[in-house]
Amino acid sequence: MSSGPLPRELHPAAWWVWAIGLAVAVSQSSNPLLLLIALGVVGLVVLARRGGSPWARAFRLYLWLGLFIIAVRVVLHVLVGYKVGDHVLVSLPTVTLPSWAAGITLLGDIRLEGLLLAIVLGLRLAVMIACIGAANALANPKRLLRTLPGALHEIGSAVVVSVSVAPQLAESVQRVRRARELRGEAARGLRGLPAIALPVLEDTLDRSLLLAAAMDSRGYGRSADRPESRRRLTSSLTLVGLLLSAVGIYGVLDASTSPLLGAPALMCGLALALAGLWTGGLGAGRTTYRPDPWRGAEWVTVGSGIAAAVTAVLAARWAPEAMILPVEPLSWPELPLLAVAGLLLGAAPAYLTPVPPQATRRSGPTRRALVTSDG
Amino acid sequence: MAEAIVLEGVSLTLPNAGEPTLSGVDLVIPEGELALVVGRTGSGKSTLLGAICGRVPHFTGGTLTGHVRIHGRDTRQHRPRDLADLVGVVGQDPLAGFVTDTVDEELAYGMEQLGLPPATMRKRVEETLDVLGIADLRGAALRELSGGQQQRVAIGSVLTAHPRVILLDEPTSALDPTGAEEVLATITRLVHDLGVTVVVAEHRIERVLHYADLVVHVGDARVEVGSPAEVMETSDVAPPVVELGRLAGWSPLPLSVRDARRAARSPGLPGDLTSASRGWFQNHMTHPSVLPRSSASRASVWAGGSGVGAGAGASVGAAAGSSAALNPAVSGRQVVVTYPGGVLAVAGVDLDLYAGQVTALMGRNGSGKSSLLWALQGTGTRTSGEITATDSTGARVDPAGLRPGERRRIVGMVPQTASDLLYLETAAAECAQADRESGAAPGTAASLVLDLVPDVDLGAHPRDLSEGQKLALVLAVQLTARPPVLLLDEPTRGLDYDAKAALSKVMRHLASQGRAVAVSTHDVEFVAECADRVLVLAGGEVVADGPTADIVVASPAYAPQVSKILGGPWLTVDDVRAVLSGVAKTSGSMP
Repeated sequence: MSSGPLPRELHPAAWWVWAIGLAVAVSQSSNPLLLLIALGVVGLVVLARRGGSPWARAFRLYLWLGLFIIAVRVVLHVLVGYKVGDHVLVSLPTVTLPSWAAGITLLGDIRLEGLLLAIVLGLRLAVMIACIGAANALANPKRLLRTLPGALHEIGSAVVVSVSVAPQLAESVQRVRRARELRGEAARGLRGLPAIALPVLEDTLDRSLLLAAAMDSRGYGRSADRPESRRRLTSSLTLVGLLLSAVGIYGVLDASTSPLLGAPALMCGLALALAGLWTGGLGAGRTTYRPDPWRGAEWVTVGSGIAAAVTAVLAARWAPEAMILPVEPLSWPELPLLAVAGLLLGAAPAYLTPVPPQATRRSGPTRRALVTSDG
Repeated sequence: MAEAIVLEGVSLTLPNAGEPTLSGVDLVIPEGELALVVGRTGSGKSTLLGAICGRVPHFTGGTLTGHVRIHGRDTRQHRPRDLADLVGVVGQDPLAGFVTDTVDEELAYGMEQLGLPPATMRKRVEETLDVLGIADLRGAALRELSGGQQQRVAIGSVLTAHPRVILLDEPTSALDPTGAEEVLATITRLVHDLGVTVVVAEHRIERVLHYADLVVHVGDARVEVGSPAEVMETSDVAPPVVELGRLAGWSPLPLSVRDARRAARSPGLPGDLTSASRGWFQNHMTHPSVLPRSSASRASVWAGGSGVGAGAGASVGAAAGSSAALNPAVSGRQVVVTYPGGVLAVAGVDLDLYAGQVTALMGRNGSGKSSLLWALQGTGTRTSGEITATDSTGARVDPAGLRPGERRRIVGMVPQTASDLLYLETAAAECAQADRESGAAPGTAASLVLDLVPDVDLGAHPRDLSEGQKLALVLAVQLTARPPVLLLDEPTRGLDYDAKAALSKVMRHLASQGRAVAVSTHDVEFVAECADRVLVLAGGEVVADGPTADIVVASPAYAPQVSKILGGPWLTVDDVRAVLSGVAKTSGSMP
């Protein structure tokens, strides 16, 4: 694709829909072959389309987290798990717990089937986490917040600001700790806490006030005054929408209620709440600098994610036995072609989307790479 | 000319303040002018700026009577956000006001809030990048820019909204001389090319005065407006060039180094100097070679008869006449400081600090001054190299190897944010705590504070003290441990001329007691007043080291105003005053 589309960043929402689609597909299966294929697809796309930003390099952390989850799962299985199967791997004594903890067996023989099942279930969770990690690595979380509807803009700004403030907080803690040492106390433990916390808190408050004043002077919240009538409309739409949704959820979960209370009420409620968001954002008078476009590549990405999810759901409905690891009796898992095809479709963004713009490094003694949002 | 800013009978009382900060203020700033707001620390400069942008009282609370109108919009009806398209505000610490994290998004933020169409935003961002000369930083992360670049981005971020008034609160106070020049060049460009009305509040008046069309002096809740020369005649804060003009009786008062140089060269000085001293002054000014050697003159100004540490650094041993001075109070060999990520802050510095000497560390922002001071103190990171200091028994020890409590008895330090050291309810409690920490007799710290700032209220919360008083309190806390070496990191931030003069007296006094004092600063005038020796750092290395007179005069960026005007070894107005009074006496006795 060297002569393909110009480098640009894909719309962050497209990456999230794609990742959630893959995660849904993964959740339908405990077939280790499918899980490994999904992991391969995710890894391929991340390697092909991530930028040079710090969060893009965080994908590895999600993989480590997945390994950790599998390990925890196995340890828990050995300790308290329900050991099924005929093939005993290691014989361990069973510890009998006192009567108040009846029903829990500590240790016991480790059997192959139970252990494999624990690993596969751990793997499923790990792959789902890798999907979310991929979305984080591929889509700048801050850009995602900028695509929030107008009515949620304030929440988005608050999140962005708190994300930027976190490193400053760490800096002031470090600075104050060092300063405390100058007074001759190595401030440690609870006794040192007020000596560190007070100056840091003071510092943080001062910074927050400065930032708030700066944002105010730059027009933040300028358009918050809307006509009274529209404000009423917005709040009533949202309120009624949420109430209806609550009723709808209740109806969906409780099979004994009238079918009208279920899905239809939920749908109406959601629609009303969305309408409330829309009227709330109306006349916000705010615009976005260089909004992310939504073009063919975004549709391809979203489509491939949805395809993976839909095929997995269909495969699980038509041939559920192929989607799991057979343990009784233990045998090699099947390879359901439909689900595999769906997952492979999920790899399409690795080839059919534009590459992200090259990350540039500023000369100088800094380590963190920078992302040029320049297209 | 249209009126950009009009204050009519404005009185302002901040919450929990008994006295009004401003009272009965009438002020008109015409469109397209550069107004400089001056006044002592705490006189209400920032409050005046806040009132103009509506931040006071809408954001801070308080009571405002009278009217503030910006291009006809009254701040009674308009909150700061409603003035966002008209007034841009740039604060002292640009990082604190940044909302996003890359340059182009920051430039666009204000426009997004105003709801400008994306195409306009795109165009204005590019234009603004060019106006500020930072086009190559378009996608850079804000936190990784230098101080001067950050301040220019902050100016740009308000400029994109095309405001007709820009308010800047101490825009250069955290910057090195070069960074300050960048920012000032940008500010003058706004006035000249774009016709924006600019109001600047600044402590370092010498940096801005010659650009100003109008000076607004704030003091005792009153405001006085006039041309720079008028206001400077009577102002209680004045840069060295004005002080020198007043001393020499030049009229009109020179505002820039160039004016002053012209006045100094012109024959027949007018003014109130006695004719004898005037002749001497003129003669010596036109023939600097006849002047006494700077070290000698500086010794007479500062040493006050003690003879310790005055004059050139190299001759300190001879001057002190003691073995203590030959032995450096603290010495570093091949000191290297690197931070995680391979940032090299200090690159193999050899450094000796001698007792009885004030050493100034100068250099750009980020040149390694702070890192070097922290490493010398022993609390900061040191990657390699050796540092030794003399402990109370006379043995050489490495301060980093000691416990913090012992370390501060050998090397004391006042960090950049001095208030980090304070955490108790009252200044008195801080003093008592300092006595306990240092094992000093109760009352030691309190009496040290009262020596430094006699009018301080020890019952007050440290936060309520003025910047100068806060610094004095922290200094006293550190001096309670009686360290023979004292390091100060950027102590002059936020201090007005009087407070700086008081601080430099304290530095001299500490040195005359036989302490080794090192101070990192950007303030060349302060260095000229108090330092015996100057070290210039660049990229973590020492690029120049020598007596103050030799180092600062040689550098165009670091030369103090008096030296630029008179040339030769004159550094401060006090130098000139001391020589003049000496000459006046001798010439009076001459036949």
